[in-house]
Amino acid sequence: MPTFDLASVPLRDLNQALHAVGAGANETEFEVINPRGAHAVAVGIDAPVRVDVHGSVGYYCAGMNAEATVTVHGSVGPGVAENMMSGTVVVKGDASQYAGATGHGGLLVIEGNASSRCGISMKGIDIVVKGNIGHMSAFMAQAGNLVVLGDAGDALGDSLYEAKLFVRGEVKSLGADCVKKKMRPKHLALLADLLAKAGVTDAKPEEFTRYGSARALYHFNIDNVDAY
Amino acid sequence: MAPPARSIISTSTMSTRIEAGQMTYKNPPTAPRQSATFDEYTLSEIRRAAATGIYDIRGAGAKRKVPHFDDLLFLGASISRYPLEGYREACGTNVVLGARHAKKPIELKIPITIAGMSFGSLSGPAKEALGRGATLAGTSTTTGDGGMTEEERGHSEILVYQYLPSRYGMNPHDLRRADAIEVVVGQGAKPGGGGMLLGQKISDRVAEMRTLPPGIDQRSACRHPDWTGPDDLEIKIQELREITDWEKPIYVKVGGARPYYDTALAVKSGADVVVLDGMQGGTAATQEVFIENVGLPTLACIRPAVQALQDLGMHRKVQLVISGGVRNGADVAKALALGADAVSIGTAALVAIGDNDPRWEKEYQALGTTAGAYDDWHEGRDPAGISTQDPELMKRVDPVAAGRRLANYLKVMTLEAQTIARACGKNHVHNLEPEDLCALSIEASAMAGVPLAGTDWIPGKTGL
Repeated sequence: MPTFDLASVPLRDLNQALHAVGAGANETEFEVINPRGAHAVAVGIDAPVRVDVHGSVGYYCAGMNAEATVTVHGSVGPGVAENMMSGTVVVKGDASQYAGATGHGGLLVIEGNASSRCGISMKGIDIVVKGNIGHMSAFMAQAGNLVVLGDAGDALGDSLYEAKLFVRGEVKSLGADCVKKKMRPKHLALLADLLAKAGVTDAKPEEFTRYGSARALYHFNIDNVDAY
Repeated sequence: MAPPARSIISTSTMSTRIEAGQMTYKNPPTAPRQSATFDEYTLSEIRRAAATGIYDIRGAGAKRKVPHFDDLLFLGASISRYPLEGYREACGTNVVLGARHAKKPIELKIPITIAGMSFGSLSGPAKEALGRGATLAGTSTTTGDGGMTEEERGHSEILVYQYLPSRYGMNPHDLRRADAIEVVVGQGAKPGGGGMLLGQKISDRVAEMRTLPPGIDQRSACRHPDWTGPDDLEIKIQELREITDWEKPIYVKVGGARPYYDTALAVKSGADVVVLDGMQGGTAATQEVFIENVGLPTLACIRPAVQALQDLGMHRKVQLVISGGVRNGADVAKALALGADAVSIGTAALVAIGDNDPRWEKEYQALGTTAGAYDDWHEGRDPAGISTQDPELMKRVDPVAAGRRLANYLKVMTLEAQTIARACGKNHVHNLEPEDLCALSIEASAMAGVPLAGTDWIPGKTGL
């Protein structure tokens, strides 16, 4: 297994090696040590490789990931898995702001807490946070699912489009046009599947509340101006 | 004895009897006086707001009169400097963008690029026409908010991919097949503003590209979801470079607001190219109040930006692209003389491919407007088939013929800029300099930093 020691190897070498993985490549498992808070670690991967990062990283780890499974054995800075297309990203520690921002697909699992704006503008990604999430999470979220086992901060789902939000704990407040919705059987099935994929064994779908868009802001109306 | 005559002051148009001579005459009528403050447009806007309860949204850029390139003149050659022979002595027009960090800089034949305009706001045939025209003329075109379409990628030899706050359609595959990446922080029509694409333009295809339901109003965010400030931007640019293996030039586009600091901060953040868009720069859909009241005129943006580059020792190393109201070769030459490396056109390019063409006058009138003034680009009813997603209307754009017109126009602009450069004795348009210019007004003199015509006075820089 190739190991990249970022204490001595430039970040560019790591990312270019990951980009060079083609179909039928022999090496599909990589290890990164001493990331020391580096930004843009393992970004732009477009192959079904496995990357294990030992330590904490800075901004945009696994950004625009496609197909790869990236596991960070530590915490991550802002924008982990931003604009992810597919694959899986697992954070063993906590995540800073904008986790999974604008993600189109794949699964992001945060085993600790996530800070503010988790899932902002998400476009199809599934995000499972085992701890709590901060304020303004799922702002303008368009599609995908955000699952939170803990609590959510202020203004959850503000200006939400079609993303589905599931929170097991308390929600400090809902943002504009975000409302509590009925949990139907198809939602319970969806949630059960997401929890299983994220390796969650100590939570049941029935314990969660679903939130979604009231769709009142889908067409501009001057009488809604107080909500803007 | 008769009483002395009195002067009579009256605003009445009724007959007045002059007492002294017992004469009568009719006062000249006072013409109806329209208020300069409450002019016809203002009154109509008050009535419209009262009737509809919504602010006016429209396309295009600022329509108010502001100091512009028309307020500058070239001095030309004279005894102290000699001109180059037109058609005989070469005058280069090529420009290289992005050599600071990118492994594969952009090389353009002409210093005029096509600005970012989205599929969604523009029809597919219009985007194709822009790509075809730019390619024929040897320059680049740019995607917009809504992602990259096959029409524009397939027909654009050099395509700049915009990285916008909404991230609609953003994906690494398109990022890699772009020739350059433009991180859009703002635009001249609305520095600090987002966008709203109204539901009537959200066809199934547009909706799919943006991952949103068809037919709903789509808001474009005013700031990026995953970074704030120049320190974050530097890291974001690093990420984009890492994803694309440091191949692509990275532009940063800002609206004209604080050009000195925005340029300096873009350079600090690692940009290869700074794109600076003044308030005459167009938009697909923004509030009228925003377009007309926020931002700086293009003319006022250039010198502070150039000064920032010079102060950092980065002039000509980080390229400066100016946009917002560039219409002809004289505008191009003036922008370059003030220190820009290239210009970008949007509105003018749309006109070249048929926007606001008088041939559709009857239809413009049916929409309550007239050719040349049509700016409801967000409504999707463009008679010219350009700012629409209506399948029937967009058939009116023949991408091949429209692309040819755009290429013609770009070549004419280039020839005009060369003509002026030769007259100033320059063998490359980049050799034009502020010393070649004078200003026709004090305002333009102050903004452009060139002397008022016939004087050596630059307000704020030289003595009275």
